Amino acid sequence: MEEKKAVPGFDKLVVASSPHIRAVETVDRLMWQVIIALMPAAVVSVYFFGLRALVLMLVGIASAVLTEALVEKALKKEITIADGSAALTGLLLAFNVPANAPWWMVAVGAAFAIAVVKQTFGGLGANFVNPALAARAFMLAAWPQHMTGKFPVPLDSITAATPLAILKGTATGTLPSYLDLFIGNVGGVLGETSALALLVGGAYLIWQKVIDWRTPAGFIGTVAVLTWIFGGKGGLFTGDPLHHVLAGVLILGAFFMATDYVTSPITPKGRLIFGIGCGFITVLIRLWGGYPEGVSYSILLMNLVVPFLDRWTLPRVYGVTRARA
Amino acid sequence: MMEKMLRTFYNGIIPENPTLRLVIGMCPVLAVTTAVVNSVWMGLAVIFVLTASNTLISLLRKFIPDKIRIPCFIVVIATFTTIADLVLAAVQPDVHKILGVFVPLIVVNCIILGRAEAFASKNPVHLALADGVGMGIGFTLAIMVLASIREILGSGSWFGIRLMPAGFEPATVMILPPGAFISLGFLLGTMNLVTARLAVRTSRSKQKSSSCAAHAGLEG
Repeated sequence: MEEKKAVPGFDKLVVASSPHIRAVETVDRLMWQVIIALMPAAVVSVYFFGLRALVLMLVGIASAVLTEALVEKALKKEITIADGSAALTGLLLAFNVPANAPWWMVAVGAAFAIAVVKQTFGGLGANFVNPALAARAFMLAAWPQHMTGKFPVPLDSITAATPLAILKGTATGTLPSYLDLFIGNVGGVLGETSALALLVGGAYLIWQKVIDWRTPAGFIGTVAVLTWIFGGKGGLFTGDPLHHVLAGVLILGAFFMATDYVTSPITPKGRLIFGIGCGFITVLIRLWGGYPEGVSYSILLMNLVVPFLDRWTLPRVYGVTRARA
Repeated sequence: MMEKMLRTFYNGIIPENPTLRLVIGMCPVLAVTTAVVNSVWMGLAVIFVLTASNTLISLLRKFIPDKIRIPCFIVVIATFTTIADLVLAAVQPDVHKILGVFVPLIVVNCIILGRAEAFASKNPVHLALADGVGMGIGFTLAIMVLASIREILGSGSWFGIRLMPAGFEPATVMILPPGAFISLGFLLGTMNLVTARLAVRTSRSKQKSSSCAAHAGLEG
């Protein structure tokens, strides 16, 4: 690129066009950071659910990357599979299926996420909802028999109802202890079980300044407060917030999916509102909705209002007064 | 006269396909395309009502006062829709039950009222007839393609005949409303691509020689 131009007569004076200061952050770096942060959860998942989990994750990543390459080749666009965004979508999608899900479903879901949700709207940065979550909703509507009901139990070959289904009362079983929930020794989808591993990854992302703390804090905080107030059977303020926070995909969603750059607000205030909104809808679905878990739908719904949040929370430009109507 | 009729007829199938180019009358398009059989019967009902009402309205176009033309159109269309509804109930009771309210709703279908208002009330009978048949077939082909996509992916069958191997697990979402919107979106995109390509070819052949112009106009 011919960016620097010498001014005639002043050979030493170099004028470059803006931007003059470049950040080290690139799309590639951010995406790979998120993938690295998901590794603890992936390892725990393979430990608890066996090789089957690893196969599903690899299938998801391979299908997403392959679809991205094929679609971009067909549309004669630049092939951007090295930026890691497709791989991240594939991995997150695999994190959203139970270990006994058929591999072809993950492959189709990942292809749907990339081809339909992401590339038809213009590729990375142009999709209006999170591809992995939209594909999860697609799989749930397409093959409900593989996405609901009894999920495999770690280190065992039996299946059982998930803690949230028990908590909701739609299934019977004993609730796991807080410790089991925290470490991940409970049934569920691949990525949701271990709160510890997810928190390690989330803390890494906040430390690396890849994600803003406001979205997960608003999200998890709202769920905790609302389930504490309304979640109990014996009246107000008798709920079990810790259980609601640790069970299900809440931590995965709050740290890794609600913070997706493309589909979350860019202003700090907007991110906080976004997180609170996600938490509110999650609690609505968990306590009074038809599904035991509402994290994915809450993020999808809030994705839709992101443009409004960005517009309403625009910070005032320094030195400019608000225009009087 | 024949050439003009043919051109009017063809106009409804590709260049101004009511479903894929004009995007009107979308309610039955989304609702009855869960199986190809349903879409065929729906299409036949629309072809009948559209052709008959276009013809009759064109015949009456000099008698219908301008101020109350819409009620007059509705009376004509409602008559033929009732005939179609009753015939379908007698011939195909099962299909009639599945199509349900969408057959009576042909009365308020945009395609039929739209053609009556925009075409039949301004053109001679033979053209109105060609327009009705063309638009009806265009509608039927469009919903048959949409229903084929949805039935094959959502039920693994076509016309009720099992197509996919035994291991295939149909994606239920395709016969649910989201599947209708997703497939319709892709179908509209494909149609836009095809017509854009056709337009480029037409303008090129027009530039080549003026003697081909009539032929090219018929093409696209």
